[in-house]
Amino acid sequence: MNVHEYQAKALFEKFGVPVPKGAAAKTPDEFINALAGLPEGPTMVKSQIHAGGRGKGTFADGFKGGVKFCKTKAEAREVAARMLGNTLVTLQTGPAGRKVQTVYFTAANDIKKEYYLAILLDRAASRPVIVASTEGGVEIEKVARESPDKIFKVLVDPAYGLADFQVRELVSRLGLAAAEAKSASRLIRALYAMYWETDASMVEVNPLVTTPTGETLALDAKVSFDDNALFRHPEIAALRDLNEEDPKEIEASKHSLNYIALDGDIACLVNGAGLAMSTMDIIKHFGGSPANFLDVGGGATKEQVVAAFNIILGDPKVRGILVNIFGGIMDCNVIATGIVEAVRVVGLRLPLVVRLEGNNVAAGKATLSASGLTIVSGDSMADAAQKIVKLVAQAHPGPTA
Amino acid sequence: MAILITPETRILVQGITGDFGGRHARLSLDYGTRVVAGVTPGKGGLVFEHGPHRVPIFSSVVDAAKATGATVSAIFVPPPFAADAILECADAGLDLVVAITEGIPVRDMVRVKRAMAGGRTRLVGPNCPGLVTPGSGAGSHGGCRIGIAPGYIHRKGHVGVVSRSGTLTYEAVYQLTVRAIGQSTCVGIGGDPVNGTSHLDVIRMFNDDPETRGIVMIGEIGGSTEVEAARWIKANCKKPVAGFIAGATAPAGRRMGHAGAIVGGAEDTAAAKISVFRECGIEVAVTPSDMAEALIRAADAAGVALS
Repeated sequence: MNVHEYQAKALFEKFGVPVPKGAAAKTPDEFINALAGLPEGPTMVKSQIHAGGRGKGTFADGFKGGVKFCKTKAEAREVAARMLGNTLVTLQTGPAGRKVQTVYFTAANDIKKEYYLAILLDRAASRPVIVASTEGGVEIEKVARESPDKIFKVLVDPAYGLADFQVRELVSRLGLAAAEAKSASRLIRALYAMYWETDASMVEVNPLVTTPTGETLALDAKVSFDDNALFRHPEIAALRDLNEEDPKEIEASKHSLNYIALDGDIACLVNGAGLAMSTMDIIKHFGGSPANFLDVGGGATKEQVVAAFNIILGDPKVRGILVNIFGGIMDCNVIATGIVEAVRVVGLRLPLVVRLEGNNVAAGKATLSASGLTIVSGDSMADAAQKIVKLVAQAHPGPTA
Repeated sequence: MAILITPETRILVQGITGDFGGRHARLSLDYGTRVVAGVTPGKGGLVFEHGPHRVPIFSSVVDAAKATGATVSAIFVPPPFAADAILECADAGLDLVVAITEGIPVRDMVRVKRAMAGGRTRLVGPNCPGLVTPGSGAGSHGGCRIGIAPGYIHRKGHVGVVSRSGTLTYEAVYQLTVRAIGQSTCVGIGGDPVNGTSHLDVIRMFNDDPETRGIVMIGEIGGSTEVEAARWIKANCKKPVAGFIAGATAPAGRRMGHAGAIVGGAEDTAAAKISVFRECGIEVAVTPSDMAEALIRAADAAGVALS
């Protein structure tokens, strides 16, 4: 689960990670109060959306920059009024962009130098890793490509936690000494405590900055949390912003379905994540384009199948459906009954190919053919994928997606 | 022989009194697997009954192992309690723990893995379908089934299957079985980013197992365990290997159902892994329908009879 910068920074403060003074506002009326708490002078105004690339983004009305430096608080108020309620398009949002529903004002501190700091899981080591670089304020992927020697990594032993010598190593490699080294050490320890105690998946501070007065500050904050651990952090679960999620994905999660919207036109409904991914792949392999990832899970019910059909058909791009079920333990006939009911309920007019295999498959196939509905049967994954690609192409001649 | 488990292996089920654990304990008993004990804290002394079977329930793993000689545990307990259940098995000195549970927090698994390092207990999973060593009866009855895989689709034989995904494993096994190619052992290592046993761990065991003549390795986007295994195979494995990677069409940065199935960079995409497979002499299944055929091609090229 992702959170907004202003939410992440509130958590930073709670754990003792220093951040610039700031306040968020959700309505123009709140601008005055939010700004009242900040010092006079230069102020940053930051659009709060989950996607990155905000600074270089453009609003739907042509206004440029989702993150703006303003010389005065009065100017900050005007800029915030342009951002709030406007739609910001960045490299990561896609052309539809995201509506800005919160703006965040922060004091614009003097900066001496920018650094990079992140904490995440190192999968190969199965341990947390702290990644730091002297090159801050730029894309870390670019630094990794062009000057990998400027990136340092420290693996943390979960049995002991972050050791003092590791903090000293990080600080020294960042070239920090004296007062800066002291404040950076405190910040790194606090950030690690926050990462570990909140079950974060990733904490990224880009840039981390030093100031002319020897302070160290987290100027930006990008934080995501392990969904599987939210049960023990209700205060973090409460930070979820449904405005940032696809409505179809929200609806799917209500029915314990795992759905991810894609750009293509052939919807798929599959049991199991690996099979669902490879069903998308095989549609593509035979020249089609998948409209979604949808895993109905190992023990799907009739109700879930009906809900899944409704979600799939809520996507106007969809021109055909491929159902691929390997019912190991799951009864194929239960799925078949669910499909027939769903097709009747939603009044399906699109081509539908169903591939059933496994437990009670004969009864399942009989249910489909006895339904009188135009459901095309696929014998294998390859056969089914070829059939749906062909049916969609026949119904919509022209260049394929 | 097989790897990790044989039809004689005695298993216990943690969470046998729950719906999920109970259902699969019954299916394993029906398959002929020696489910000798159940463990649910506070329910020691009760009995799990299924047809002619009476499986004693214990309150702790150590008591269950002592009383019944169980050496392997299948874990079906809910995510908040699963890490503790795994550690209890390590403490009791079991040979193998198979964690079926999906949704265990990553931090719990990071700690569990550290705690188990260097110990005698092997962990498979979590978030996995488990293991099957097929038996010689009808529908491979009489084998050892630990977890949630459908037993009847298997056939006793000489192909080892290792995979991060459940239904995709069943797909591969089914393709083999309908071609009359049996399996030595099928191992689901699970879809989480932190798990106990890697592709490479299983491939090494298959390479050392005299009964295993060919290997199907199924992976997906995210992480680097397939790449690590492929490089080892190139240098060390004498048996034909077919490989498949799911997720070629998955968008970067999105979790595709499995917690571990997420593209993080250029190296953990399906295309990158498939290209390493090719470099390492692994016969790549171009579609998921091609997994058994890919292994047949690899075996033919190596002059190996799979059945």
